[in-house]
Amino acid sequence: MKRARILFEGAVHDAVEKEGQLLLADGRLVAPDAVSWMPPLAPTPRPRTILALGLNYADHAKELEFKAPEEPLVFVKGESTLIGHRQLTSRPSDVQFMHYECELAIVVGKTARKVRRDDAYDFIGGYTVANDYAIRDYLENWYRPNLRVKNRDTCTPIGPWLVDAADVPDPMSLALQTTVNGKVTQSGNTQDMIFDAPFLLEYFSSFMTLSPGDLILTGTPDGVVDCRPGDVIVTEIERIGALVNTIAAA
Amino acid sequence: MTFLPTGTVYGVLLNFRKEVEALAPQMNQPPYKAPPKAPVLYVKTANTWSPHGSAIAVPARVPEVEVGATVAMVIGADNDVEGFVLMNDLSIPHTSFFRPPVKFKCLDGFLGIGPAMRDAQEVADPSEFRLEVRINGELRQSVDFSQTVRSAAQLLADVGAFMTLQHGDVLMLGCDAGRPLARAGDRIEISGPGFEPLVNTLVKEEA
Repeated sequence: MKRARILFEGAVHDAVEKEGQLLLADGRLVAPDAVSWMPPLAPTPRPRTILALGLNYADHAKELEFKAPEEPLVFVKGESTLIGHRQLTSRPSDVQFMHYECELAIVVGKTARKVRRDDAYDFIGGYTVANDYAIRDYLENWYRPNLRVKNRDTCTPIGPWLVDAADVPDPMSLALQTTVNGKVTQSGNTQDMIFDAPFLLEYFSSFMTLSPGDLILTGTPDGVVDCRPGDVIVTEIERIGALVNTIAAA
Repeated sequence: MTFLPTGTVYGVLLNFRKEVEALAPQMNQPPYKAPPKAPVLYVKTANTWSPHGSAIAVPARVPEVEVGATVAMVIGADNDVEGFVLMNDLSIPHTSFFRPPVKFKCLDGFLGIGPAMRDAQEVADPSEFRLEVRINGELRQSVDFSQTVRSAAQLLADVGAFMTLQHGDVLMLGCDAGRPLARAGDRIEISGPGFEPLVNTLVKEEA
């Protein structure tokens, strides 16, 4: 099942995909371009933990002139940085290099504490696509990547769908691709992750309890390019979805 | 009623002058290469939240934890400060601040949260806050918020320049240098004029 959360006629609805349309809980079928898309995530009782990986693809680590990390490079994002499919992301006027990062996002399905690698998939509820934008001009070497780079309003589009884990038999073998204005600029495969989904579940849950709805953004492969106002960025992952975002001048 | 935040909790490194002085000789060296420009923030995820009075489990592999006594601002509905709350921002001691401190700061229970939010209307000037940290009754640290690098208002402005703090989000004012260490079995009390004390006890994590 592919699940969405949308604004339609002034109200928030949960919806599921049906033959390319959105089926609302009340039975109405609406067109994808007739709604405003929100992050495809049910609200959580406490603020959602959003973990994000840096340098988790060997080729991206190489591109950025770092050796592959021996343990996950992880940072935390606040929920206020999330926006939905087909929304606008602001680019400040004074920056030189702002790039997308197409990432498989793991959505935790049940409370995970000290999970063993072999059991890890039992704790994954589903997957979605995240575009974890970075503005490299603002990088500083203090708790890097610092929040000024990674925790900006509108800079983490996520969606369009939350795809049930049961419908994704091999999440560690999915093609990823990003296009800018229709031209392919990034392509990779989740099989090239340095730390895979079971490892990450085991690693994080060894010291922090993850709750349903928490997110792990698993990093991006090689091929990031600067995005300018007006550019349409589509980050797409096989089986999961194509997340559309447009850059706006701030 | 015990206070618990409803939004994201952000902490700030290097907002006390003594913290900056202690690191100043390293700031232009690798890996930092330059002193920080924007506020250096981190997130205390919801799994870290420990209400006042609760026991905080310390993993067996962690002999001592660092006590980060501070006051945090709670953001109001109109993008103002609704109130202030005591916090005990625990960390596994670490000496490198190059990478985000998730594995040192986001352990379950590693944020003690004061029993009540003090209304912002009662507070004339956050730089007048004074805290005392006692471990098993012994005074171990005094914190003077006139010694911050950025005032509460300046910190809010500088953070707000790159991200919106939402209603219910929390932003700490920083933890001074000289943070005391504590271990399983210790009772940590953070108190200050105008605040109900925050008490947490460290216990050994069950295997």
